[in-house]
Amino acid sequence: MQEKYKNPFEHLIAPGHTACPGCGQLMSARLVLDTCGPNTIIANATGCLEVTTTKYPTSSWKVPWVHSLFENPSALASGILAALKQKGLDKETNVVAFGGDGSTFDIGFGLISGMWERKENILYICYNTEVYSNTGYQASGATPFDANTTTTPPEKKSMGNNFLRKNMAELAIASGCIYVAQTTCGYPNDIINKVKKALTFTGPKYIEILTTCVPGWGTESEMTVQLGKLAHKTGIYPIFEYYDGEYKAMKIPAPALKVEEYLKYHKRFKHLFKDEKGKEAIAEIQKLADKNIEKYNLS
Amino acid sequence: MILNRLEHRIKNIEHRIMKLNSNRQFLEGSHAVAEIIKLIKPAVVAAYPITPQTHIVEDLAKIKASGAGDFEYINTESEFAAASVLLGASATGVRTYTATCSQGLLLMTEVLFCIAGLRLPVVITCANRSVSAPINIWNDQQDAVTIRDAGWLMLYAETNQEAVDLHLLAYRLAETLRLPVMVNMDGFVLTHTYEPLIMPTQEHVNKFLPAYKAEVGTFLDVKNPVTIGALAYPDSYMEIRKQLADDIYSSSDLIKKYNTEFKKVFGRSIGDNGIVEEYKTKDAEVVLVAMGSVCGTIKEVVDELRERKQKVGLLKIISFRPFVDDEIVKSLGKAKYIAVVDKSISLGSEGILATEIKRAAYNRLKVKIQSFVVGLGGHDVTKEMIEQIVFDIKKDKTSGIHFVGCS
Repeated sequence: MQEKYKNPFEHLIAPGHTACPGCGQLMSARLVLDTCGPNTIIANATGCLEVTTTKYPTSSWKVPWVHSLFENPSALASGILAALKQKGLDKETNVVAFGGDGSTFDIGFGLISGMWERKENILYICYNTEVYSNTGYQASGATPFDANTTTTPPEKKSMGNNFLRKNMAELAIASGCIYVAQTTCGYPNDIINKVKKALTFTGPKYIEILTTCVPGWGTESEMTVQLGKLAHKTGIYPIFEYYDGEYKAMKIPAPALKVEEYLKYHKRFKHLFKDEKGKEAIAEIQKLADKNIEKYNLS
Repeated sequence: MILNRLEHRIKNIEHRIMKLNSNRQFLEGSHAVAEIIKLIKPAVVAAYPITPQTHIVEDLAKIKASGAGDFEYINTESEFAAASVLLGASATGVRTYTATCSQGLLLMTEVLFCIAGLRLPVVITCANRSVSAPINIWNDQQDAVTIRDAGWLMLYAETNQEAVDLHLLAYRLAETLRLPVMVNMDGFVLTHTYEPLIMPTQEHVNKFLPAYKAEVGTFLDVKNPVTIGALAYPDSYMEIRKQLADDIYSSSDLIKKYNTEFKKVFGRSIGDNGIVEEYKTKDAEVVLVAMGSVCGTIKEVVDELRERKQKVGLLKIISFRPFVDDEIVKSLGKAKYIAVVDKSISLGSEGILATEIKRAAYNRLKVKIQSFVVGLGGHDVTKEMIEQIVFDIKKDKTSGIHFVGCS
């Protein structure tokens, strides 16, 4: 538990940013950074988190922070770490990279792979909104099956996104990350605990946080936290961590909720509630959730 | 067998030169660059292979592995990552280095613009090579000129000695101006060629190039948190870009100043002033303008034509960015014909240096300026071709682009 309510100005991401009300990413990033503490350097990808916090000449960041491009926070972090090693400051400084799902799953994937291969002591956090939020909600490699995005519109000949999302956490594990976790913006304490845990390991670490994107998902801003919980309780987005060769899942209270209980709050899934075809699609999504529950031993 | 004999011969020559003058060494261009980088002592070196640059990063890997250099050496998975690693390291306030060319440089393009915009003093070597397609690994200068608008200072070496010297100048400029600098040397023609050269001593290097100490408040430091890479709205973007343009343009004074200091420490100048070198231009009727190793060939032709009483000269461009109009126009003032010899082309227009010369001369010189493109993709550039250019520019009435030696 966080011990007490903090004065907004005590957070390491200061208020005054321009993120949407109910932004799951901003809230999660603040929790991550407060947990990392002031001895942290952030390399940030292009995206909402960068755009909303650094309108020149202002900045919300109270720690050293650098942004250059969409695809390279991982390589920036490698450079920062190398420089810190030469200065003898690498042991006392957390090097953390932030990217959204577009940056992480798609355009920056090759560079992340290189960073992991080099086994560098860097914590990479992916804020997964399952869509290119900052450019107006186009489909990414993290977009769920059948979701309506501006580049996967459901029309006569389409039910939305045709593809299953890429499983980055598994790719991180296969790439030899020493600590890998998934969580959601529905569980602030879990975010804090996972970041704390990750920082006890020396080596490449990957945490993916499912973060509600209010305009991208077409959800109500007061639902942000609730949706983070529902994504987990339906099995749609498993919460787990992996280290020392073992998975440890956050269990779902039995019985698991049906996926409709999550999908019905999103405009991006509204087309699934119209007709028989939509029902079939929901049944497919239910199967995916059931598979997750089985695979990650969630129940 | 033949290779062995050649190697043996090279060793013999090397040995003889070493005996002649102990300051002199007989080195491959790439090796010479790696040696000067060792003396410059970057904190972070990023590496990714591409021909004909690769010998440089290979030599640096050996220097690191042998303990002769204690920089961080990072093997990356692409040139894009290599440039990004340097951006991150440089933003953390340390000296950085990598080498690349051709497709690698183009892959870096997005990062190169960013490094300049963020005012990071990164230095890279570009071993100039052609660009695909068709794929071709040999020398021309298409790669670097293609990213001429990225905001880097761009310097060109004629010889391996100049390549060595320009790296020293590059770091000095970069770290004073907080601007990135690219040292260009022709792939293979310089990188894979052995030349006798004077390798500076560590003592002299230290005298000219002080250890890099980034100014507090300009780099990533938990004691002085700064935000680097903020979002600029229309009310500030143009102002920031103008500052960058102004600082690059006015860097020519500093190039001259540092060249003077360089001369004091090392006893030789880089060209006339670090910006250009005039070769027999004073009374020349025809002036050839070029940059890089082709200037060596042109100088020989100029000498031969002078023996035949032809008034021919060469203006060698060392600093392509900044492009110092005043220096250039001053050197071209008396010519009637200016033949610009490019190893690159802006497709649909003409040789890229030719356009630059025309722009600089506009309203200032009454002279015929013509574009001659040579040596694309390693095509031979012979003395006869240069002679032909001198002949053609006086005869030809057309103003179009000439592809010289193209069958």
